[in-house]
Amino acid sequence: MQLIVNEPQAHRFEVNRAALIDPDIFAREREKVFERCWLYVGHESEVREPGDFRTRIVCGRPILFCRDSASELRVFLNTCRHRGAVVCREPEGNAKRHTCFYHGWTYDRDGKLYAIPGQDAYPPSFDRAQYGLQPPPRVDSYRGFIFLNFDRNAPSLRDYLGKAVEYIDLVLDQSPTGRMEVIHGTQEYDIKANWKLLVENSFDDYHLITTHATWLDYLKNSGVQVRKPEKGHVLPSHGLGKDLGGGHGTTDNVNFRGRPVAAWIPIYGDAAKPELDRIRQEITTRLGEERAKRVCDTNRNLLIFPSLVLLDGSSVSIRSFQPVAPDRMRVRAWALGPVEETPLARQVRLDSFLTFYGPGGFATPDDIEALESVQQGVGSYKEVQWSPITRGIAKEGEQLNTDEAHLRAFWTQWDKLMRQP
Amino acid sequence: MGQTDAAAVEAFLYHEAALLDSWKLDEWLALLTEDATYRVPSNDRPESDPKTALFMIADDIRRIRARVTRLKDPHAHAEYPRSRTRRFISNLRIVGESPLRVEANFIVYRFRGNDDKREYVGHYRYTLVPRDGTFRIQSREAILDAMELASLGTVSFIL
Repeated sequence: MQLIVNEPQAHRFEVNRAALIDPDIFAREREKVFERCWLYVGHESEVREPGDFRTRIVCGRPILFCRDSASELRVFLNTCRHRGAVVCREPEGNAKRHTCFYHGWTYDRDGKLYAIPGQDAYPPSFDRAQYGLQPPPRVDSYRGFIFLNFDRNAPSLRDYLGKAVEYIDLVLDQSPTGRMEVIHGTQEYDIKANWKLLVENSFDDYHLITTHATWLDYLKNSGVQVRKPEKGHVLPSHGLGKDLGGGHGTTDNVNFRGRPVAAWIPIYGDAAKPELDRIRQEITTRLGEERAKRVCDTNRNLLIFPSLVLLDGSSVSIRSFQPVAPDRMRVRAWALGPVEETPLARQVRLDSFLTFYGPGGFATPDDIEALESVQQGVGSYKEVQWSPITRGIAKEGEQLNTDEAHLRAFWTQWDKLMRQP
Repeated sequence: MGQTDAAAVEAFLYHEAALLDSWKLDEWLALLTEDATYRVPSNDRPESDPKTALFMIADDIRRIRARVTRLKDPHAHAEYPRSRTRRFISNLRIVGESPLRVEANFIVYRFRGNDDKREYVGHYRYTLVPRDGTFRIQSREAILDAMELASLGTVSFIL
């Protein structure tokens, strides 16, 4: 089945809606895309001390990540080597050892099989050293972001991320030491839609004016300057959509919405103004005027293919999502902040987050509504088969955030992986 | 000041629930003090402070009013058409007298379109201010029991 029509000369780019709903495509996707790409596990700051651990599901696999006795970061497949039960069943905590409750096999925090009840019944050839918790085939991290890959032959994480690191680095420049931490409190929710719709939605700015009309009104009513779009623009400020290669892409937008680092808006309150000035001053001194402007006055929604998004707008959020069914995904979102942040700056960051993002924010619920509406609509995929993704395709030069070059880049990479043997 | 009459508090919370279930949001706003807060913590951090932890909702009175403005607008797509909700409040306890702190269990059923019903189960924490023979709400926090929001999806209505 042809999933993408990509004829740039004819200005055609269309996606077959079956890609959003067909169960066979969904099954193939796990094998061809998710089992071959670097997938987000978590952030180093979520486990700090020896024995600290977190568990979560990545691509259907229960995962345990933790600090071992030497405080090194470890990632394991959270399945007992004996019968397969999930060994650690708590979402987070600190433990010296992890015991599978089913038959009592106990692993230490380095993953080694520490003890088993009644070992003498096993044959002499039974070697406990062979039955430690198994790590995923590949694990690596980039500046605190931990990834795994189920494909032993995958390229290195650094090569995989390619040009996307430029934008990760830009986010991390908010911190004087380049270190950001995940703040307590996870937003975990399902969307009854295909995961690729959230990819599109996360960096498609074309929907902003209509889907988020009430959010824009909220900004205006709160004294934020929201300009009328200039000619050729849909949005109040100039912004680009960028294909970063490898399916990664980002928006790169001039800010108008306020940024905790560091563009004050009235919503933050007068008391926060000097603090934001101070933050900006530090960044300008450290990075110079030009880079400081990029850090403080531009927003980006960065997609790390296939399903990790760094939102750097009203706040910074890590948004990671997992397909559960063709018409269902599970989303996890966290707030990320500089480790050095003052209590006041942290408060602004968290408060600003909630103006837009999350299941109770003034914008994300409307995104979810849009995606679920699309999912229902594409029920007619056999009759209405193709969706055009052609905004900007006939244009020379820069592609705007409301064009769709970055969406085409995602779909092209997805299609390429789906067609590999 | 004597002991607060639990039945009066209960009647007040039933009144609030009726206003919210019938989307009489301006009348609901009138139940709040000028410094009221409304909070829903993240499911994995039910005992937290929004200054240091990520919540789902942490509104001050200005944000509450903005939320009502938004919810009354047909462009609040997540609630247009609106959810139908039905709240059941029970196990009310007065846990402090000065200030007056009240806790109660809730089940809120939410129906929307042809969706399956969604059941929001948890407990409320209120700080109430006695005024004019009734009460005003100074703070209300809705703490969900679900380990994750999961299939509940959003908290786009007032929980």
